[in-house]
Amino acid sequence: MTHDDDHDHHDHGSELSEMQLRVRALETVLTEKGYIDPAALDAIVEACETKIGPRNGAVVVARAWTDPAFKQALLADATKAVATMGHLNRVGDHLIAVENTSKRHNMIVCTLCSCYPWEVLGLPPVWYKSAPYRARAVKDPRGVLADFGVILPKDTEIRVWDSTAETRFIVLPMRPHGTEGWSEEKLASLVTRDSMIGTGLPKNPKEAS
Amino acid sequence: MDSVHDMGGMDGFGRVEVEKDEPVFHATWEGRVLAMQRAMGFAGAWHIDHARFAQERLPPLTYLGASYYQRWELAMEKNVTERGFASPAELEAGHAQGPGKALPRKLTLDLVPGLSRSTFYRQQQGAQRFQPGDRVRTKNIHPATHTRLPRYARGKLGMVESCHGCHMYPDSVAIDHGDDPQWLYTVVFDGPELWGPGSDPTLKISIEAFEPYLEPA
Repeated sequence: MTHDDDHDHHDHGSELSEMQLRVRALETVLTEKGYIDPAALDAIVEACETKIGPRNGAVVVARAWTDPAFKQALLADATKAVATMGHLNRVGDHLIAVENTSKRHNMIVCTLCSCYPWEVLGLPPVWYKSAPYRARAVKDPRGVLADFGVILPKDTEIRVWDSTAETRFIVLPMRPHGTEGWSEEKLASLVTRDSMIGTGLPKNPKEAS
Repeated sequence: MDSVHDMGGMDGFGRVEVEKDEPVFHATWEGRVLAMQRAMGFAGAWHIDHARFAQERLPPLTYLGASYYQRWELAMEKNVTERGFASPAELEAGHAQGPGKALPRKLTLDLVPGLSRSTFYRQQQGAQRFQPGDRVRTKNIHPATHTRLPRYARGKLGMVESCHGCHMYPDSVAIDHGDDPQWLYTVVFDGPELWGPGSDPTLKISIEAFEPYLEPA
């Protein structure tokens, strides 16, 4: 376990150093009491930093774009469908995929805390957990989308899913035009994190590397 | 409880600011906090709803002023001390001054690769009261304790869209009254029902609603 003190000081000064001390005290006490194993904490942090992330969700989306039977299975029961891909640990029991169409755009929020589909998208970005997003997403989603540079047609239905229970949502964005014949791998490179939250759209295929 | 964590529909927080190339953690201690929370949850020290309720009970100014993982840490200290896993004096001293309480499990290194989200399904206790397509009204309730029915969606007309089976009931779990399993539904509302006649007519909002939150309409 490393506590990178000097490194942490740079942006918030003494406030952060107080947090470092508090967290270290808490971890020491819980370890000495025998409740936790610091080596296990190291491994969890490492998994967060290296193993879980939106790439896991992107390959699910790309598969749904290329395999109609998988797409149907995903929309029927995302937990089961994702489990068949084998690239993830169990995703829990309660994953739900919601499909964007030309008539409907879906957006995910958790107004009460920060519920987010970790298994397929990794840890949520700060903005997702922030007051501006939590407050506005359910009331003015088009305004939020504008903050992200996304303008949708006026008659598109906007459906906001507030994650108020243990069900977790992933948006299945629309496959961009001009990607006919693309491999799953190449398609996955177009799928951004925000497009699976519903605050963004997939990358334009012309901009793909 | 009606506190500042229940943010849906509040004005004045400004635009959503996106951090470019955001790191997974902004400081080492943030990762330790997340990992401790997972380890204590795995150990059976408390449930995720206890963690949420502890955050909700932070003073409103603390809640709003703290960073995300600061809130987690403060809530964790509350659960540690309130549930008798360590004393405030021990946290102050930074060392244990006595043995710990027995816990059902301990998260050791070898168990981390298999760590996954637990299931929230529970054995049903009664018949499912609502079906997809049913019109329902959410109750106008204001419990002083933890609930997952947000203020903006109380006393509102909606439609049951789907049922997700029986889940443990956060309102009960958070106050140590047991799982009290309840049917869980997606209930969808029209924008104007929640935000008035001037709101975006193309907007639909859904919440995940436990059966006790709902009445037939």
